[in-house]
Amino acid sequence: MSELIFELSHKGRCATSQIPRRSAAKITIPAHLLRQDEPRLPEVSELQVVRHFTKLSRANFSIDTQFYPLGSCTMKYNPRGVHHLAMLDGFLNHHPLSLPVNSQGYLACAYELQEILKAMTGMQGVSLTPMAGAQGEFAGVAMIRAYHRARNDAARTEILVPDAAHGTNPATAAQCGYTVREIPTDKDGNVDIESLRAAVGPQTAGIMLTNPSTLGVFEQKIEEIATIVHTAGGLLYYDGANLNAILGKVRPGDMGFDVMHINLHKTFATPHGGGGPGGGPVAVSERLVPFMPMPIVGKKDGFYDWLTEKEYPQTIGRLSAFMGNAGIILRAYMYARLLGKEGMERVAEFATLNANYLLARLKAAGFTPAYANRRASHEFIITLKTEAKELHITALDVAKRLLDYDFHSPTMYFPLLVPECLLIEPTETETKEVLDAFADALIQILHEAKTQPELVRTAPHTLPVKRLDEVKAARELDLVYREK
Amino acid sequence: MNSVPKKLQYSKTHEWVRKDDDILTVGITDHAQTMLGDLVYVELPEPESSLESGQECAVVESVKAAADIYSPVSGEVIEINEALFETPQLINDDPYGKGWLFRVRPYENDSPHLLNSEQYSKQVASEAH
Amino acid sequence: MPFIPHSVNDIKQMLATIDVANIEQLFDEIPVHLRVKNLPAIPESLTEMELGRLMRARAHLDSELLCFIGAGAYEHHIPAAVWSITSRGEFMTAYTPYQAEASQGTLQLLYEYQTMMASLMALDISNASMYDGATALAEAILMAVRLNRKNKSNRILLPRAVHPFYQDVVRTIVSQQGIEIIEVPYDKTTGCVSLETLDEMTKEDITALVIPQPNFFGVLEEVDALTDWAHSKHALAIAVVNPLAMALLKAPGQWGKSGADIACGEGQPLGVPLASGGPYYGFLCCKKELVRQLPGRVVGRTVDSEGKQGFVLTMQAREQHIRRAKATSNICTNQGLLVTASTIYMSLMGPKGLRQVALVSHQNAQLLQEKLATISGIEFVFQMPNFHEWVIRLPKSVDVVLRELAKLKVQAGFSLRQVYPELGECLLVCATETKTAEDIEKFVTLLTSVLSLASHSNDKTEKKSNVRTYL
Repeated sequence: MSELIFELSHKGRCATSQIPRRSAAKITIPAHLLRQDEPRLPEVSELQVVRHFTKLSRANFSIDTQFYPLGSCTMKYNPRGVHHLAMLDGFLNHHPLSLPVNSQGYLACAYELQEILKAMTGMQGVSLTPMAGAQGEFAGVAMIRAYHRARNDAARTEILVPDAAHGTNPATAAQCGYTVREIPTDKDGNVDIESLRAAVGPQTAGIMLTNPSTLGVFEQKIEEIATIVHTAGGLLYYDGANLNAILGKVRPGDMGFDVMHINLHKTFATPHGGGGPGGGPVAVSERLVPFMPMPIVGKKDGFYDWLTEKEYPQTIGRLSAFMGNAGIILRAYMYARLLGKEGMERVAEFATLNANYLLARLKAAGFTPAYANRRASHEFIITLKTEAKELHITALDVAKRLLDYDFHSPTMYFPLLVPECLLIEPTETETKEVLDAFADALIQILHEAKTQPELVRTAPHTLPVKRLDEVKAARELDLVYREK
Repeated sequence: MNSVPKKLQYSKTHEWVRKDDDILTVGITDHAQTMLGDLVYVELPEPESSLESGQECAVVESVKAAADIYSPVSGEVIEINEALFETPQLINDDPYGKGWLFRVRPYENDSPHLLNSEQYSKQVASEAH
Repeated sequence: MPFIPHSVNDIKQMLATIDVANIEQLFDEIPVHLRVKNLPAIPESLTEMELGRLMRARAHLDSELLCFIGAGAYEHHIPAAVWSITSRGEFMTAYTPYQAEASQGTLQLLYEYQTMMASLMALDISNASMYDGATALAEAILMAVRLNRKNKSNRILLPRAVHPFYQDVVRTIVSQQGIEIIEVPYDKTTGCVSLETLDEMTKEDITALVIPQPNFFGVLEEVDALTDWAHSKHALAIAVVNPLAMALLKAPGQWGKSGADIACGEGQPLGVPLASGGPYYGFLCCKKELVRQLPGRVVGRTVDSEGKQGFVLTMQAREQHIRRAKATSNICTNQGLLVTASTIYMSLMGPKGLRQVALVSHQNAQLLQEKLATISGIEFVFQMPNFHEWVIRLPKSVDVVLRELAKLKVQAGFSLRQVYPELGECLLVCATETKTAEDIEKFVTLLTSVLSLASHSNDKTEKKSNVRTYL
């Protein structure tokens, strides 16, 4: 790998043209509040900075450079035009506390996105402020809690979560002060209805569901689940992680959900940025509208304005200093406008076509699907349990070897229910040729596993580093650079 | 095959317990450490703290997993294995010896419901299916 | 079909391989009556050119404003290199670096960031970032509560002079967990937290004291005394600071006898554009003995199977995807892209450049203060050393004055009318290194003329004219 930027540093060097001119104005800070030493920042030239970070960028896989079939992550093309337009001066230099009269351009986009998301989800209210899926989940569960409290129903202390759920679901419920009860999955990948029936009661605040589930299959008894939970007095939370699978086909509002979050960085193609920023707007049914997090954009007589505690006195409150990841909201809005109605209706169709095609090819080549008798949604799982036993090759080995073929690996070891699994989500923006090449690579790796297992077990071989020692990293924490 | 010493007792949650007079020493089994992999971090109960039977009282972490350790009895913690803070590896290397976790003095009237080595081995074998 | 590359022939071949007659059949597991027929409320699709026309017009509505608003988001010069590199697809369109071997660029950058941020705070450890400054403060408080398990009270002292929106966010997040937030009033003359007030307020155990520097009013707190006070009560000291100011001011790790324990805040001033409020990022640093309770992602340096240096996400067992309901936090993103921008920004500025930006911002704010002091009727509310913001009291309705100036494309500051009604007609104004003497002159001239004209009576006609402009 490259040297660290600190190793390029030379005392006294700097990027002169970036440094503001000295001022003659007075300094009024008392000496005891001033810093005496210098922080440990590199002293380098502008060219050194540009070269260093450009080099670092080249050590990454990304959607722009590789196929990235990460299950449950929806790594689709992030349109360049959207990024370019979000970087217009008027958007970039706009202060979050500018008066609405100076913010009509941005507010119009945010307002229209709220309307688009309502229509698309079949919900009655949208707040754009949550900054990521996990924060949307937090907002959703906090609203469920506020709803029960407002009705003086203090007995509801439990949130139900299917055992296949994303880890954020139980973590969020716990963060909102709920105890978590897991509901088992049946052999076809559906929520086990009898267990659910046995679990609900006056203590049930709600259930958190992903549909299609993380197992890559549609929860067929969703209406029955909704009835069971609603009858018990609980609410239904929809985890929007897999929304791409049903965009334009089914709406969470119509399935009976009361609240959901939408991952803008998945379904609405905003860039993942190497792990953020995300965007996690929440959409709610009528009864949760009063509790939405603030602020929301309103429109009156053609004028856009912020709505806050004044208009929504029962709000769960603020989730960010300003209005969430505004730049991501702007990008999601533009993406929605580029897709339009007809484009949006196609998303689920082609995401599903691509997933089922890839699954069919891999099945034909001898790979084992985890749920062979089910239709794949926008993603599917193959299990390498047999290969692990017979060839001593793990899902991890296959994932790492794929990197050598210039493909990012699928999600591995998730969901935890399926042993040695790879969760594969190709998205709608990939061509048939890419899917074919990916299938061919997996087939070739399976062949290698039989003929040259060591090659697979020690992969990757062509990347900047070989397999990294995570145990050493965790035992001997080295989290900041110190000069030797 | 992981070792399951005959002289120890076991819990269903993969702790082992050794009885010396009225003191119990607790650790995790060879099977448990194999399943978790190389351990990188350990959290132990406070010395002199009071534990209830079945209470989560310690955590062991590898890079991919974390496991809660449950107290087999109600009692008072009288000693913890401080060497583990520096060298969690001891649990992997010597789970029944240098890798012990803590010692507890049970309150009166509390006798743990534990398995013998044969029963525990059977349980491990059944979990594999 | 936007961004869908399939030809008719592709579709035909793919359907044949799957062995279905049409795409519709792929949805046969979804109950028919649940299916949407169409989405009438969603507009027709646009081409990129059409979208460009629309967005340029909208951006123009919010453009060319002279900005003296701070209040937690600050206009600074951002070198062109920062976003030209950050916008590279390899950074922008990469996922969270779970596959370490395919993510060494992002991982090494995060390690460099952690080093820079920890050093800027004069603390040992930094995580790889949180959502924003407000959530970083909430997470810092949760961290303090976890560290102080023996203290069952979970009382946090939170000064009223901390950013009011941060206070709101903290309450939203931690109120779900039985934590008591106690507001510490500010001294009416200094705008700071006073030790006497703290002594009076704390008859019982406290878990942590939050110390802002500068505080929301721009005023500098006596951080040494406050930190020592917290430690004398066996409480943790949580610093919430402007990171840019820490190149000039004493940093949290240097406060008092043993330094603040945790430092957090908003990273936006370091190379992140205002952009209507986000995406920004929050930073969170701590002393090394607290590292196990540090939430969020952390990158560690290690070696590969051949002994070569490399980087991985570490301490992941605390996170939600492993610990589920027992995770230290439900967070599964950081703000990687913004940290990328900040790391490049800090590298370009270096220690001296960063200090210079902070210093010139401070000096411009002094210049602004001198000029504002010449306007009759304007009162400086807190006569104390500040960083780059001032609270001024106006002789007229602050909201009317702001609206009048907004029409002239001058954003005079943030009205404190709603969040600090006890202060009266007050405005928080800010100047950074981006303001020239001419900008300041223009602001002062326009403010003077608006003050001499503005009256409460024209309030209503104003609103109507806004409506007309944007119908």
